[in-house]
Amino acid sequence: MSETQTKDMPAGTQDGERRLNMIEAINDALDVSMGRDDDVVVMGEDVGYFGGVFRCTAGLQDKYGKTRVFDTPINECGIIAVAVGMGAYGLRPVPEIQFADYIYPGLDQLISEAARLRYRSAGEYVAPMTVRSPFGGGIFGGQTHSQSPEAIFTHVSGLKTVIPATPYDAKGLLISCIEDNDPVIFFEPKRIYNGPFSGYYDKPVQPWKKFDASVVPEGYYKIPLGKARQVTEGDRLTVLAYGTMVHVVEAVCREKGVEADILDLRTLVPLDIEAIEASIERTGRCLIVHEATRTSGFGAELSALVTERCFYHLEAPVERVTGFDTPYPHSLEWAYFPGPIRIGEAIDKILKD
Amino acid sequence: MADRPQGSAAEGENRPRLSLHVPEPKFRPGDTVDFSHIDVPEAGSMARPDEACDPAEMRDLAYGLVRVLGDDDKAHGPWDPKLDPDTLRAMLGHMAMTRAFDERMFRGQRQGKTSFYMKCTGEEATSVSASMALAGDDMVFPSYRQQGILIQRGYPLIEMINQIYSNKGDKLKGRQLPIMYSSREHSFFTISGNLATQTPQAVGWAMASAMKGDSRIAATWVGEGSTAEGDFHSACTFATVYNAPVILNVINNQWAISSFSGFAGAERTTFAARALGYGLAGLRVDGNDALACYAAERWAANRARANAGPTLIEFFTYRAEGHSTSDDPSGYRSAQERSEWPLGDPVMRLKNHLIALGEWDEERQEKMDLEAAEHVKKVTKEAEANGILGHGLHHPFRTMFEDVFEKLPWHLREQADQAVHERKTKFPEGLPEA
Repeated sequence: MSETQTKDMPAGTQDGERRLNMIEAINDALDVSMGRDDDVVVMGEDVGYFGGVFRCTAGLQDKYGKTRVFDTPINECGIIAVAVGMGAYGLRPVPEIQFADYIYPGLDQLISEAARLRYRSAGEYVAPMTVRSPFGGGIFGGQTHSQSPEAIFTHVSGLKTVIPATPYDAKGLLISCIEDNDPVIFFEPKRIYNGPFSGYYDKPVQPWKKFDASVVPEGYYKIPLGKARQVTEGDRLTVLAYGTMVHVVEAVCREKGVEADILDLRTLVPLDIEAIEASIERTGRCLIVHEATRTSGFGAELSALVTERCFYHLEAPVERVTGFDTPYPHSLEWAYFPGPIRIGEAIDKILKD
Repeated sequence: MADRPQGSAAEGENRPRLSLHVPEPKFRPGDTVDFSHIDVPEAGSMARPDEACDPAEMRDLAYGLVRVLGDDDKAHGPWDPKLDPDTLRAMLGHMAMTRAFDERMFRGQRQGKTSFYMKCTGEEATSVSASMALAGDDMVFPSYRQQGILIQRGYPLIEMINQIYSNKGDKLKGRQLPIMYSSREHSFFTISGNLATQTPQAVGWAMASAMKGDSRIAATWVGEGSTAEGDFHSACTFATVYNAPVILNVINNQWAISSFSGFAGAERTTFAARALGYGLAGLRVDGNDALACYAAERWAANRARANAGPTLIEFFTYRAEGHSTSDDPSGYRSAQERSEWPLGDPVMRLKNHLIALGEWDEERQEKMDLEAAEHVKKVTKEAEANGILGHGLHHPFRTMFEDVFEKLPWHLREQADQAVHERKTKFPEGLPEA
């Protein structure tokens, strides 16, 4: 963030420059998509009149009406199922699951239905839906408002999984997801809705407006799925991260003065394997960071891919820094969170030899 | 009930012991079957409310049984759809064709031509007649025993057989278990194989149709056993919340593989009565009465089309055969059930009605049955030219990897290359279709 931070820059100081936090950027993406395509509809618990518990859908019902932006029963199975039916009709539903922790009642409809509709019908029916859901911890959400279940979805054939790390990316990626003809899980790292996070929970949050990644152009633009973002360039090691952890790991590297090649993966499936291979061939060292639990987490897949494909370039074993294999605790949240100490020690270990 | 002792000092002392109720069907293999406990009201005895009726005013219809065809083979009462003889003969023809198709496919599975088949014997009216009551472009979300809809909608039999054989003609590319058809052209949704998932999806499709100001409605079919799934509750909730133009058909054929309907709650109430708690219109219908099936589905379709709301229909019927070719019902139910079933056979009842009207006779029926069997046999031969399961005439290998996503991502491309490599290793001489 050191390179991208602009000192005390208030909003909109340059011509045509507009600074948004991630919530506003997501709202903007939905607005742009709905304005361009009448088939885009938004639904979910509390998303209509109220505008969503995180305000991501604020103002949309007023603008597009109740038949395109509406509240749903508290029934995640039903929310996903009716989105499958709407997709089969020809709409592009964007259902919101209020917290990723609540997505499990909809899993059968996602895994057995949405993800396989195209395959089992040989293309006769598709389910082009984008399931938006805030995920991750660091907000004192306890074990039912903090989880990072992305690996459940990356394991399913037929689903794409997308996770933005900045307001600019959130808008461009979400528009791509909505236009995509496959079902997409779009996890929003709620810890960084309002500002990036250094990993030091006892320091005040810096608002997004202070960072260039909050400059979000008006109107339509897309960021392609399957392309990673180069966060910082360096030759000491490669760091693979996504969501909140991109910012934490960036802060740790900056503090330690380690020049790291940090890749924000942005899309887990399909993965930007070329960017990963190219970076590791250059650095020879790889750290993988995610907030989700460790065992069978997406880091395991990344570690396996790096080992299989880049083994002869590696100068040290691949390291994973993750959440612990426990439920996300409430009072001990920061003991669970893969913060600066865990990341810093892993970097030291990788760079040791 | 008298008060029971409470709060004794010593835990559990001086209180009656609880016991768990585990439902048990009335008859098991070898038992003499007596269905006299099933209440079969007179044909024509149920009132037919206006389609826009408030569900609270039609509670009786969720507990009774709408019947049109009486023991005298005549149509009775306000639910008589008064169909002309040509329509009745067409209905009979589709049901006979469905039965002939089932017979031939069942035999094909036994001959090793495919892995699996499911008959709908005894339930033909619940799909054929119901489908006839809909418009051809109304969207249907079937379960796995509604082949009658496809036959009624004119889907080519050869497509069905190609799918059952998973051969090179199968337009689903051999990906699906036999009978899990899909035909967008016939407004027939891809059959899942997971149970009840299609029920809330149909509601979503109907919501979309309403959102767009379309005029088409949706109808879905689910077995009574699968109404126990949460998806069914989701469907009922969303249908009623959004007043979706949808018909939820529950086929109560008494058996879910070996579990009788009691395991879905039938010991306590009817499936149509599920509607009442949601504020849905609920109809309970003689599912072996083709005219009642037609009339009920048409009533619900009229209601949906008028934006008057969704309907839940229980078709009370009997699964005359096993669940599938993998099932042997003699292991769990009495063989007498089929012959003792108090609602008879839907094909025979419709045939007898047409004969009673003077519009049909046994000779014509015999000729029709024979022609249906001959036609299915002929089409089966045509389909077999495309191959049968496991005989190599399947789709090209690479198609396994298509349609997972719209575009093939790198990881699937690599895996497809591996699959092709394995095939070349296995068949070094090469195969024409590899």
